[in-house]
Amino acid sequence: MSSPHDTGTRTEDRAGDGRTSPEDPDAAVLTRHQPPSLAASMHASLPRWAGAAAAALGVLVAAALVAVTDVHVALAVVVGAVVGVAAFVVASRVVEGERAATDRFVTALVTIAFVVALLPLVSVVWTTVSRGLARFDGAFFTQSMYNVIGEGGGAYHAIMGTLIITGVATLISVPIGTLTAIYLVEYGGDNRLSKVITFLVDVMTGIPSIVAGLFSLALFTLLFGPGLRIGIMGSVALSVLMIPIVVRAVEEMLRIVPARLRESSYALGVPKWLTIVKVVLPTAASGIASGVVIAIARVMGETAPLLVTVGLTASTNFNPFEGRMAVLPVFAYYQIITPGIPPQAFIDRAWTSALLLILFVMVLNVGARVLARALAPKTR
Amino acid sequence: MSRQIDVSDLDIYYGSFLAVEKVTMEIKPRSITALIGPSGCGKSTFLRSLNRMHEVIPGARVEGKVVLDGQDLYGPGVDPVAVRRSVGMVFQNPNPFPTMSIYDNVLAGMRLNNKRLKRSEADAVVEHSLRGANLWKEVQDRLDRPGAGLSGGQQQRLCIARAIAVQPQVLLMDEPCSALDPISTLAIEDLMGELKKEYTIVIVTHNMQQASRVSDRTGFFNIEGTGKPGKLVEMDATDTIFSNPSVKATEDYVSGRFG
Repeated sequence: MSSPHDTGTRTEDRAGDGRTSPEDPDAAVLTRHQPPSLAASMHASLPRWAGAAAAALGVLVAAALVAVTDVHVALAVVVGAVVGVAAFVVASRVVEGERAATDRFVTALVTIAFVVALLPLVSVVWTTVSRGLARFDGAFFTQSMYNVIGEGGGAYHAIMGTLIITGVATLISVPIGTLTAIYLVEYGGDNRLSKVITFLVDVMTGIPSIVAGLFSLALFTLLFGPGLRIGIMGSVALSVLMIPIVVRAVEEMLRIVPARLRESSYALGVPKWLTIVKVVLPTAASGIASGVVIAIARVMGETAPLLVTVGLTASTNFNPFEGRMAVLPVFAYYQIITPGIPPQAFIDRAWTSALLLILFVMVLNVGARVLARALAPKTR
Repeated sequence: MSRQIDVSDLDIYYGSFLAVEKVTMEIKPRSITALIGPSGCGKSTFLRSLNRMHEVIPGARVEGKVVLDGQDLYGPGVDPVAVRRSVGMVFQNPNPFPTMSIYDNVLAGMRLNNKRLKRSEADAVVEHSLRGANLWKEVQDRLDRPGAGLSGGQQQRLCIARAIAVQPQVLLMDEPCSALDPISTLAIEDLMGELKKEYTIVIVTHNMQQASRVSDRTGFFNIEGTGKPGKLVEMDATDTIFSNPSVKATEDYVSGRFG
């Protein structure tokens, strides 16, 4: 009962003032070799709510400026932020010392940068949701614009068009992109061809999407004559944008598969192609799947290349090889650029289409994570 | 199943760099041959040339002969994939396939080669190989778990099970215990003693106690300096190498006086 208590007291003494009774030789040795006691380097710290208080002060200052003077809101916000950060850093310097104050200053800067980066995103989501909810109804998902002149109608034809055209684009891009990446990582090595391919993929990553659309238009015009507008033209245009993304994603995933896995497969007498198919690809499957899904999300909202290749139609068309198709981005574009009467009905449909596109991209991103987790190699 | 390997005048290159020069050695069947020597002396390179794993590295090639039971492994028309099926290999770091269960890891050599097996045959191969690798008792009730979830020593024994499941004639081991603790090391050394009844084993090791404990014959590789090729200095019965070697460099190395 008493012994643990005694030990505790002694420990407290040592930590407390760094000195113990001089007649204890062990303690004396310990003290001599100890670095400056931890307790001495400790200091008071700002309360936990200090950051929130500083932020509140900044908001207050900005609000007061707007209310009392006639400065622009943006300037008021900047002044408020500067005042808040300054107060925070000065308080920290007085209470906590210089090093902590620097830390607080950088923390404040990073936090502000984060908020600034987040603002447009929140604004876009807010605007789209608030304006898009007006037509987020059953009819929007089940009806096309066939025979609709004013209010009512829906984007069923455009939803289907987007799904079909991006679906076909995925079917074209994933095999080409994956095989290209396999060549680059497993076969090409550092040879001239793979250097050329890498260079071209880099260039393709940067081409403007309208160029992809014009490429597809020109290609189909050359093959089948002018004036053609069919879904597959849009898929080809999207593939041009998607292939480099897929190549990059798959390439990176294949490169992080450890060489020792390939070697142990070779050592079992497995030929190279089977090693790639059965060891390398499954090991990288998780990353490849999420890379592909993100590539789909990236091209799904493309407007310009689809505008010039698939055109627009008011009725539902499931056949990508014949006739024009509607897709959500182009549908939204025409609704807002050529409104009829009443105009609000057209504007509402455009916003709901935009909202739906954001939802698609979100679902795809979440799906990519789920897929990646499901395919990832497990250890238990 | 176990075969003799005769190596004659083997030069091993990385591109134009001669890494190992003029090795001639005889590897006896049903025995353990240990290769020792300082880092960079080419013993691992030599080991990898015995099942044509060497040429996986771009630019790597060999000159000379490696004859397994009368068949030159580097002869014209010999398929390196076929060579690796009869000369198995265990690596320094345990590397079970992360996407596969313990069961599938053992069968990897067959499954990956698209060989169809009946369930009963597959079960028999798995049990026989895991027993052979002294791992059966530890994993028999969790064969469907990922191989990557085992401890390092168990993973290494899983890799040995995987290597012997394809019934090779020779088993090459490249520092199989250097990433393992003493207890797992002991387990693997015991296992080697068992395996040599059926297989020809060649092991590269930095641990001289290990070489003297497990091997029947020992080869000492050395290198004269950076950029010079490694050479086989001496090869003899393990007892002779460690007690009464005929070359001074060997004696210096095994007794810790080198450099």
